[in-house]
Amino acid sequence: MSFSKLTRRGLIKTGAVASAGLALPTYLRADGHSGFTNAPQGDTVTLGFNVPQSGPYADEGADELRAFELAVEHLNGEGDGGMMQTFSSKVLEGNGIMGKKVNFVTGDTQTKSDAARASAKSMIEKDGAVMISGGSSSGVAVAVQALCQEAGVIFMAGLTHANDTTGKDKRANGFRHFFNSYMSGAALAPILSNEYGADRKAYHLTADYNWGYTTEEAVRSSTEALGWETVNAVKTPLTQTDFSAYIAPVLQSGADVLVLNHYGGNMVNSLTNAVQFGLRDKEVNGKKFEIVVPLYSELMARGAGQNIKGILGSQNWDWKLENELGSRYAGTNAFVQSFGTKYGFPPSQAAHTCYVQTLLYADAVTRAGSFNPCAVVEALAGFEFDGLGNGPTLYRADDHQCFKDVVVVRGKETPENEYDLVEIVEVTPAEQVTYAPDHPQFAGGSLGTCNAGA
Amino acid sequence: MFGLNKKDAGLLIVVAILALAAPFILNPFPEGSAMAQFNAGYPDLMQRLVIFGIFAIGFNILFGLTGYLSFGHAAFLGVGSYAAIWMMKLLTMNVIPAIVVSIIIAGLFSLLVGFISLRRSGIYFSILTLAFAQMSYALAYSVLTPITGGETGLQPKYTDPRVLDKALEAGQQPRANLFGLEMNQGFQLEMGNWVFTFNAGYYIAAVVMLVAFYLSIRIFRSPFGMMLRAVKSNQQRMNYTGLNSKPYTLAAFVISGMYAGLAGGLLVAMDTQVGAERMFWTASGEVVLMTILGGAGTLIGPVLGAGFIKYMENIVSKINKSVLEQWFAFMPDGIEDVLVAIIYPFVGKGWHLTLGLLFMLVVIFLPGGLVEGGQRIGKMFRRRDANANSIEADAAEQRKPAAE
Repeated sequence: MSFSKLTRRGLIKTGAVASAGLALPTYLRADGHSGFTNAPQGDTVTLGFNVPQSGPYADEGADELRAFELAVEHLNGEGDGGMMQTFSSKVLEGNGIMGKKVNFVTGDTQTKSDAARASAKSMIEKDGAVMISGGSSSGVAVAVQALCQEAGVIFMAGLTHANDTTGKDKRANGFRHFFNSYMSGAALAPILSNEYGADRKAYHLTADYNWGYTTEEAVRSSTEALGWETVNAVKTPLTQTDFSAYIAPVLQSGADVLVLNHYGGNMVNSLTNAVQFGLRDKEVNGKKFEIVVPLYSELMARGAGQNIKGILGSQNWDWKLENELGSRYAGTNAFVQSFGTKYGFPPSQAAHTCYVQTLLYADAVTRAGSFNPCAVVEALAGFEFDGLGNGPTLYRADDHQCFKDVVVVRGKETPENEYDLVEIVEVTPAEQVTYAPDHPQFAGGSLGTCNAGA
Repeated sequence: MFGLNKKDAGLLIVVAILALAAPFILNPFPEGSAMAQFNAGYPDLMQRLVIFGIFAIGFNILFGLTGYLSFGHAAFLGVGSYAAIWMMKLLTMNVIPAIVVSIIIAGLFSLLVGFISLRRSGIYFSILTLAFAQMSYALAYSVLTPITGGETGLQPKYTDPRVLDKALEAGQQPRANLFGLEMNQGFQLEMGNWVFTFNAGYYIAAVVMLVAFYLSIRIFRSPFGMMLRAVKSNQQRMNYTGLNSKPYTLAAFVISGMYAGLAGGLLVAMDTQVGAERMFWTASGEVVLMTILGGAGTLIGPVLGAGFIKYMENIVSKINKSVLEQWFAFMPDGIEDVLVAIIYPFVGKGWHLTLGLLFMLVVIFLPGGLVEGGQRIGKMFRRRDANANSIEADAAEQRKPAAE
């Protein structure tokens, strides 16, 4: 193997290739863009909906996609307009966004941050999406949010519940409408202590990833503040399907409440195991044994079937809100009706948050009079609105998190149909779940400045 | 040229031209046309094509030459990625240290894994590597969360120390660069309805890929490569002649691990984020598919296979129902619905199904991979001279000692 066949000709050739290689980067520096990334051309604007279409959260993803399609329909003036009629801001006219017809592209996040970023990148680079929305996991939300910040487009988070999304990983270009772990803990704790007493011993089973940790921390600190004691907290692998080995030690530990910091298939399996072990029929320390699921969803309740009965948890929104609690939650019925008409069943909270995020984005663009991400950020930050199903809501400027009432629910004993699985126990008012932007569970990040891209 | 014979130099030049002209070649359809869906000339995908090309080239040095089937190569890619992101967090956002360190760390890790796994061969070797990879994945996903970020993964942040760079203002996003040239810089060239995107990051990755490809040719043609082929054809006989083959296989394993680390480092350089799932066993399986699909043991095959799979993953998976409906909108309603219903399971989230079918077809009818397909087409055009000048005749030339 010898490299040293130095000839005049070879030297000139190599030199030419090398200098071309070195000159290339300087040439590339000449940047042709102006304004902001993906400024809409012509009479259409493209939004990117990045949802899990395969993997553990595919059900949520499918429901999110339905909601996105519905929102696009309403924005383009088709259908019955849904929440646009009840929304407190009236600038949306059903003529697209600022007269531009809304198109959308979809992608599959596979609930993996790599795949989600690849999919979002192709939406931004290939399809010219000016806003990315969706997602059903906090890991994905954090990854895609950072990508959008870098690329200079707006990210409207879908279902993401971990504190970090608007905590230490918050970004100026990212916005979250969904509630978070802290809010779940703060809303649940008083109700737990009312229902089950203030001297309970809790045992946590926590999904071994970021969302699990923040949820455990939130529920722990909120319940311990009210006098509960945490006996033990065990992490379970995300891929676990049989939780018997984790349930068995619970009874020996002397705990009388089991908190399942699980979501999706994990929660369905762990709850089913716990109920099969007869935990709910046991009496420990002279009290009835109880199970708590901090983050609830209709889709999970359907999966868990009978086992969900009597279990407490929290939700961002429920489709029965307006019927049961009145016009404070206006918009709920309008949305449920147009969703139901189109698809034949009531929407999940994942669908609701995605629909609302799309409307909020369109509204912010219209109020700002520009698709420029910096103008949109300015219009959304500190925006107060009503009529989107959650009551009066604030998009806080400090961390781009929405503050609104949190719904505490319980699995229904006698469901009337397969969509009516939970009953609303109480709605915790927004003030009670509001925290300071520098709260220890959220500290360590900075929004930075908005990025409009090239 | 560069110590290559004429044929190999020709191959290298062809690959170089393809890589440099990729923005044109991958964007054959005008913007806004129905076929624009199939354009692949956007920076992210082009970067992935060459990076996974590097990954597959490296894998082929092990699998194609020695026949040792590793099912754990994604672990080296992942380790390289984590090493690179930590360099970016601690040292500088310049990609050079990140890439160099990712190669070194992946090399060391593969030395460890190889040293243990290579005590066995065949299926036992595969299982051992698979076990190591899954172990790494599980560690990265939960136990090592302080180092790996767990499920959320790692990203550079403004709060990182980064001793060589100036401190960033609060909330500023650090960007990967090469001496100030940012990876996402570039320009667009508009010609009529066509838009071609030239991206700095892609060209850096492409140049690295060419170097990696060149090295792989040199390895294939070296006495060392010959020794590896001997391991593949009959290791026992080699051992009987008194030759210890272990150092050779271990070296091949480490080299291919370093290639994987390089690919991992480049992935981070292009997109500054790491998630544990890139070490998952499916990612290891993917590189096996790439190599076999393209043609194991050939020079260009793995690159073709990598390009093919990444193209399917990113393009076919994005064809959804409404796109199909647009395509067939000109047909009468009934026929349109039938066509959409037939094709829909094979596109969008069903792209794995299409890939699986194609993979089966290739393995059954073209055991030599896409390269064999190319050769057969080539043969049809020059019947007489069947294998005189085919670029990939090297597999058949194994008996010839390497020319020094």
